[in-house]
Amino acid sequence: MRIKNKGLIDRTHRVSFRFDGQQISGFDGDTVASALLANDIRLMGRSFKYHRPRGPLTAGSEEPNALMTIGSGAAQDPNVRATVQEIYSGLEVRSQNAWPSLGFDALGVNNLLSPFFGAGFYYKMMMWPKPLWEKFYEPLIRRAAGLGGLSGQHNPDKYERAWAYCDLLVIGAGPAGLMAAMTAAKSGADVILCDEDSIMGGRLNAETHEVDGMPGTDWAARTVADLAEMENVRLMTRTTVTGAYDQGTFGALERVAHHAPRRDGQPLECFWRIVAKASVMATGALERPIAFRNNDRPGIMTASAVRSYLNRWGVVAGKNVAVFGNNDDAHRTALDLQAAGVNVVAMIDSRPDATAIGDYRLIPGGQVTDAMGGKGLTNITVKSASGSESLGVDCLGVSGGWNPSVHLACHMNGRPVWNDDIAGFVAKPDMVPGMIAAGSANGEFSTAACLQGGIDAANAALGRIGKSAAKVTPPKAEDGAYHITPLWTVPHKGRAWLDFQNDVTVKDIKGAAQENFRSVEHMKRFTTQGMATDQGKNSNVGALAILADATGRSIPQTGTTTFRPPYTPVPIAAMGAGAQGAGFAPQRFTTSHAASADDMNAPMIEAGLWYRPSYFPKPGETHWRQSCDREVGYVRNAVGVADVSTLGKIDIQGKDAGEFLDFAYTNMFSTLKKGKVRYGLMLREDGHVMDDGTTARLGESHYFTTTTTAAAGQVMKHLEFIRQALRPDLDVQLISTTEQWAQFAVAGPNSRALLNDLLDDPVDNENFPFMSCGEVSLGGVKSRLFRISFSGEHAYELAVPARYGDSLFRELVSRAEALGGGAYGMEALNVLRIEKGFITHAEIHGRTTADDIGMGKMVSAKKDCIGKTASQRPGLHGDHREQLVGLKPLDSTQELTAGGHLFDKGAEAIRVNDQGYVTSVCWSPTMNTSLGLGFLKNGRNRLGEVIRFVDHLRKSEFECEVCHPVFLDPEGGRARG
Amino acid sequence: MRINCPICGERDRREFYYVGAAQNVARPAPDAGADVWNDYLHNRENPAGRTRDLWQHESGCAAWLVVTRDTNTHEIFSVELASKSEEATR
Repeated sequence: MRIKNKGLIDRTHRVSFRFDGQQISGFDGDTVASALLANDIRLMGRSFKYHRPRGPLTAGSEEPNALMTIGSGAAQDPNVRATVQEIYSGLEVRSQNAWPSLGFDALGVNNLLSPFFGAGFYYKMMMWPKPLWEKFYEPLIRRAAGLGGLSGQHNPDKYERAWAYCDLLVIGAGPAGLMAAMTAAKSGADVILCDEDSIMGGRLNAETHEVDGMPGTDWAARTVADLAEMENVRLMTRTTVTGAYDQGTFGALERVAHHAPRRDGQPLECFWRIVAKASVMATGALERPIAFRNNDRPGIMTASAVRSYLNRWGVVAGKNVAVFGNNDDAHRTALDLQAAGVNVVAMIDSRPDATAIGDYRLIPGGQVTDAMGGKGLTNITVKSASGSESLGVDCLGVSGGWNPSVHLACHMNGRPVWNDDIAGFVAKPDMVPGMIAAGSANGEFSTAACLQGGIDAANAALGRIGKSAAKVTPPKAEDGAYHITPLWTVPHKGRAWLDFQNDVTVKDIKGAAQENFRSVEHMKRFTTQGMATDQGKNSNVGALAILADATGRSIPQTGTTTFRPPYTPVPIAAMGAGAQGAGFAPQRFTTSHAASADDMNAPMIEAGLWYRPSYFPKPGETHWRQSCDREVGYVRNAVGVADVSTLGKIDIQGKDAGEFLDFAYTNMFSTLKKGKVRYGLMLREDGHVMDDGTTARLGESHYFTTTTTAAAGQVMKHLEFIRQALRPDLDVQLISTTEQWAQFAVAGPNSRALLNDLLDDPVDNENFPFMSCGEVSLGGVKSRLFRISFSGEHAYELAVPARYGDSLFRELVSRAEALGGGAYGMEALNVLRIEKGFITHAEIHGRTTADDIGMGKMVSAKKDCIGKTASQRPGLHGDHREQLVGLKPLDSTQELTAGGHLFDKGAEAIRVNDQGYVTSVCWSPTMNTSLGLGFLKNGRNRLGEVIRFVDHLRKSEFECEVCHPVFLDPEGGRARG
Repeated sequence: MRINCPICGERDRREFYYVGAAQNVARPAPDAGADVWNDYLHNRENPAGRTRDLWQHESGCAAWLVVTRDTNTHEIFSVELASKSEEATR
């Protein structure tokens, strides 16, 4: 029912939306909950377990009952709180957890079966027979219990992440937050003021209090307008600070576009990380209900929610309203209702000495013992010294007192302390370093105390960050006292609800205590109290009090459960904004990417973050092996071109560069001559191989090192560690130039012919023999040429500044094709290197030593290096270890598979008989057989032996010959050619 | 968590790469013996409280840092260049 002349809604702007298909009319400024209540709809959801009819309990983000699904299809958004969702034209809202309809829910039968569904029921009832748990009970429970569902489709909405920085973060824009922000702003501090509501002012927008001689809401609006004028203030509405983290970092969720029709490109939500030097927690307080029989009927809500709906939205949830409370504040609801002309049936105060503050019927020492009405409240039973009576009411406001919202203060593991005066928990100072509580969040409940508290908190915060505070005097406001006599539950038969969202009753908590789940954390897990999406904001303290009573302890002795972020639910989509689909990881493309992927149709394979071509298919080829074999033939017989830019490239300069490399690598680089390249092996300090690659000496104090693609980042970090931490005495500088140079392998017997057509000055075997390097000119472009080979053929690598990469690749490929060759991809590259026994990270996988791969002699005896001492430990070298060997099936129609294991002929293929394993395999078109590299115990002494290959996974088994790992051209004549 | 890089100033921890105990900096002499090397390579304290870690400002200036912090409270007491740390001069 709408009340005339009340509320902050805009009655000139009518808004219509749909609720469960029904057209509903409200006003600009309404939430879904206020608009539905204005249309006399109290039933807004079904409860989680018992499918009980439920209406809104609150008017804010702590709402446990009125959860709904917004929108439909891929973009549907489940579990949205109707008390937060603002209405707009075209909004589509659906109720949840009810079938076939909210009014008639078939699973309402659960309510009748409730004696079997108490807390922990599934631990007891459904244990037997055991096989039924997975197949029957669990799916049944999952279907029956629940909230809204996801669409199961790709989320089409856009989300954002953002950072913000400030001197002072003020959380909450009620009277305390506004004064804190104003005080800090006037003192010259950079201020961010966040509030989760659409308009700032907090409870001032829901009360009739005056501030500074004007309505509180007007004072708030004026203060906000003043703040908005100041350049050092950032105001963030619809923004919930969800978590407090280390060193003044906060998480906050901004609802950017939930309150209006979707616009293209606009993010739905933005997840903020706010870094503040200090913060003021002005998060207010939340009212808690009192547990009595059937206290979950639609129409029963907190007393402050009744006041909010009346004063903020001009709505009352019924024609005849009663209020039930244990404190002074509850009386304000009766007073405001009466002033608005609503029939106040009674003010029931459990305190026998309560006095009325207005002309309404007061029942002192009274308690509500039961509530009637299936889908909405019709009657309550009230018991007092004068007896029991039934009152006809369709709305009941309940107040068990107020809990300061201390959640954020507890996010770093701090525990709040019990304050007997307000019967609630308050934060201790510095539970979150630099955070100061103010206003009702700090247990100061009068408006005047809140205003002053905001000023005091800002002054304290400014002092901490070394800013002097401007003098600010608080405006005049009410300063009423707050008296409360705790009442947690009314003695009852049947069920009285605590946690509405998880359907936890007083009986469940007592049951937990009986079952000896006496620790508050155990009680929580046994009953699921406080484990729903509202995290028990209305119910935890009440449940605690009942547990304390049931176990004969005080509330402080019983303690609280742990508060964890987020304060309100945060969609993963917002926290991970931008990381959907291709945004999950960066993509690195080489300069030849367009030519390879787009023009030559090469399937691309991921190598770390890089994308590299697998092979380059030609018309008529139906299988990758056909392409691969052809490309191997290019390199073996003519000339092939491959992009090798993804290898890590590190430029090393300084007069001690050689000595630095001697220390980082096992072999010597200080003795390398200028214009020469040398292969190098790098160990970890524990003696195992880290990486390998070539290093070229470009000048007296200038080296150029390459790493494998996979380990480029790791090696760069490692070299920086050596330079900075272990050998700061050396004069050397490092920089990664991986992306600055585009580098191409030109390999095969015709490679020199191809290059000499391009180079401004041709090379020959005398002036540029194997393992040479130097600067060359390519059409006037300064380039680098390295005569190195990863294929065993006469080969070069040519590097040009990256901007020439695309055109050089196309040029090289077309020239190679003219010479009977062409581009080759990763598959062919792999075959070429296996034929030559060259290792990759398949072999240097982290558990192999230099000796294992046959490079023990590369660990120089003349100097110390990283990993040398450990590599000499017994156990890390010798014949007992698995050593690198080549493998060839005796029957050339058999194909080796990587991951297969090796066993002696005649030995059973079980773990204890294991002799080794296969790391790399290929089909060699050059030798017409399957080839493998692998590790075999004492392998170097077993060349020529026949061994049994078994792949348990792929069910293959045959005999192989153990070979030297270099299958092709062991003398290396081809590379020198 | 935020780390105050001596070169770049205070930055979010996402810019840093964590490696392990600061004792990695105190590399023994090659002939220090098996026990010393075993300790250096393998044995680490795992305190609930004050600890010294190695971090690299990977997405910043690439500096290797020794960070003294509390594993219980996440409080950071000091951040220094690894080359100037007590481990480097041990």
